[in-house]
Amino acid sequence: MTASKDHILSQLRKQSVPKTELPDLQDAKLKAQWVTYADPAQQFSDTLESVGGLCWRVKNIEEVNQRLAELPVYQESNQICSLVSDCGQPTMNVNEVTDPHDFKDVDFAILPGEFCVAENGAVWTTNDGGPQRTLYFLSQHVALIVPASEIVPHMHAAYDRLTFENPSFGTFMSGPSKTADIEQSLVIGAHGARSLTVFLVEEPF
Amino acid sequence: MPSHPKLAEAFVKDKERARWHDQSLWFVRSKRDKAVHQLPEWELLREQASKIKSYTVSHLPDLLEEFERNAKAKGVHVHWARDAKEHNEIVHSILQKHQVKRIVKSKSMLTEECHLNPYLERHGIEIVDTDLGEWIVQLQDKPPSHIVMPAIHIKKEEIGELFHEKLGTEKGATDPQYLAESARQHLRRKFIEADAGITGVNFAIADTGGFVVCTNEGNADLGTGLNKLHIACMGIEKLIPRASDLSVFLRLLARSATGQPITTYSSHFHGPKPDGEMHIVLLDNGRSEISGSDEFRRSLNCIRCAACMNTCPVYRRSGGYSYNNTVPGPIGSILGAAHDTKKHSSLPFACSLCASCTDVCPVKIDLHHQLLTWRKEIRLKGLLPLSKRLSMKMMGWMMQAPRLYQFAGTCARWVVPYLPRFLLYNRFNAWGKQRELPDIPKQSFREWMKKNHDRK
Repeated sequence: MTASKDHILSQLRKQSVPKTELPDLQDAKLKAQWVTYADPAQQFSDTLESVGGLCWRVKNIEEVNQRLAELPVYQESNQICSLVSDCGQPTMNVNEVTDPHDFKDVDFAILPGEFCVAENGAVWTTNDGGPQRTLYFLSQHVALIVPASEIVPHMHAAYDRLTFENPSFGTFMSGPSKTADIEQSLVIGAHGARSLTVFLVEEPF
Repeated sequence: MPSHPKLAEAFVKDKERARWHDQSLWFVRSKRDKAVHQLPEWELLREQASKIKSYTVSHLPDLLEEFERNAKAKGVHVHWARDAKEHNEIVHSILQKHQVKRIVKSKSMLTEECHLNPYLERHGIEIVDTDLGEWIVQLQDKPPSHIVMPAIHIKKEEIGELFHEKLGTEKGATDPQYLAESARQHLRRKFIEADAGITGVNFAIADTGGFVVCTNEGNADLGTGLNKLHIACMGIEKLIPRASDLSVFLRLLARSATGQPITTYSSHFHGPKPDGEMHIVLLDNGRSEISGSDEFRRSLNCIRCAACMNTCPVYRRSGGYSYNNTVPGPIGSILGAAHDTKKHSSLPFACSLCASCTDVCPVKIDLHHQLLTWRKEIRLKGLLPLSKRLSMKMMGWMMQAPRLYQFAGTCARWVVPYLPRFLLYNRFNAWGKQRELPDIPKQSFREWMKKNHDRK
């Protein structure tokens, strides 16, 4: 195996490839040209809706609970998980779960999101990669709870916030899962969540 | 190996279907345009992406070592494979060690390139492609015809029939919602039962040792989240130097591919989960050789968005299978010719040199220039078919002799209008297969000039 590594590296080093420069993405002149939005929250909300998601701008967790109670898919859910304290009426204790397969019948998951990206309606979510990571993808419906102040305009600002020093798992989630693999017809609910609701919460929680 | 025109023949014959295929892809291309026009900095992004990739290729060995170091520091096992055979053996040996019997795999053109599925199946391992399009073609026992939309060439009636036969769905069902839901139910079971997850890699990050996988369906995340063992397979050109470079590429990728602002899921894997194991297989398979070529090096910039095939007038009208290569379309014709020039010698000719591919490429690969250069290479290697060699020789000869050229022109203007069809439209005239020759003018341009201008 080291033989193959050495072979590939020496193959590459054998080629004469003119060295080129790496662009500086922090260059002020470049950064000044990235798109900006007068109302990033509105842009986020509009973009999320355009990719099949739903965005609510709310005051606090209580209001999230009210909105959830009005949501038909939430009302119909039998198994509910929540990783946000005082949010929703969870029917199972996620901390007791050690095997992600035990989440296979979860209908609705209420999960934290770290920040939103206005340009593409994505929410950055992260965790240690334990069984709870599966909730973001295996649950039939997902609600993400994000502080309203945590919105960046574009992906450059998003990566300014991210470091990957330790082992971790993180995902930009933009809307519910979807496919257009059958004759280009959009179907919402491919393998992941069938619906995605993002709550932008004003007050700290 | 049958040539591109030969393989395209059957596809072109069904005019209605070829038209439908053409329009489906043009619809995707139009969505791309709409998304692109919403970003005033689009061209600037393309430039950055192209520069980042050029830098990567020019520092590839160092960056690969940096990647390996950082990935290992996060607990990832890194493997190196010279070719497809070694790649498959590595994957199989990992699976054997874990006594894996069932695998779920998210979309990976690299594993298609290596023919991993049949290899593992021969060793008694079940492998299920979980991307809906790729699963449809897997059920048909066929390869993908497009790298982003593997089943773009199949009609919903055929998918309904296939699902009825394989999954027992209602006969005659054609509703995409119903068919996709049936697939969801069926594949959920596969996800739950699997012992390991295999994914491709969209971007691997040298300075963090992590990698990113993009899907719309969430299948890569389900397949890896539920299983302790995750194997990610990537070509060595998938590397980028810094995590911040992702900001450029994730803005470009989905917009170029389907016109979405970003894929639904862009997952960043840095190390295995707490009780799991993660392996990365780095594959060369001819890529290192391409890096040495001044003409074709930039083809390694490719991020597999498929914008070039969606816009290509030849791809749209001849279908992915006519290329007989894992990656079809303009970029596939370049990569195919580089991998096995003899086998794929007709591909660089499946191009009208319209340059639309070059215009839409998010990493600024000079696709049509490279296709033209490949034609020259193929000629130099003596791989041109006799018909092309002869006609070009004759043309070259005539073009160098003005008098002969004029004489031939005069003769043609006199004779051609009176020739019977079988002499004009036969197997020597490939151009005339689906086209009528234009009306022959009464006089040549030279004669017209003489008459109208030379007197002054």
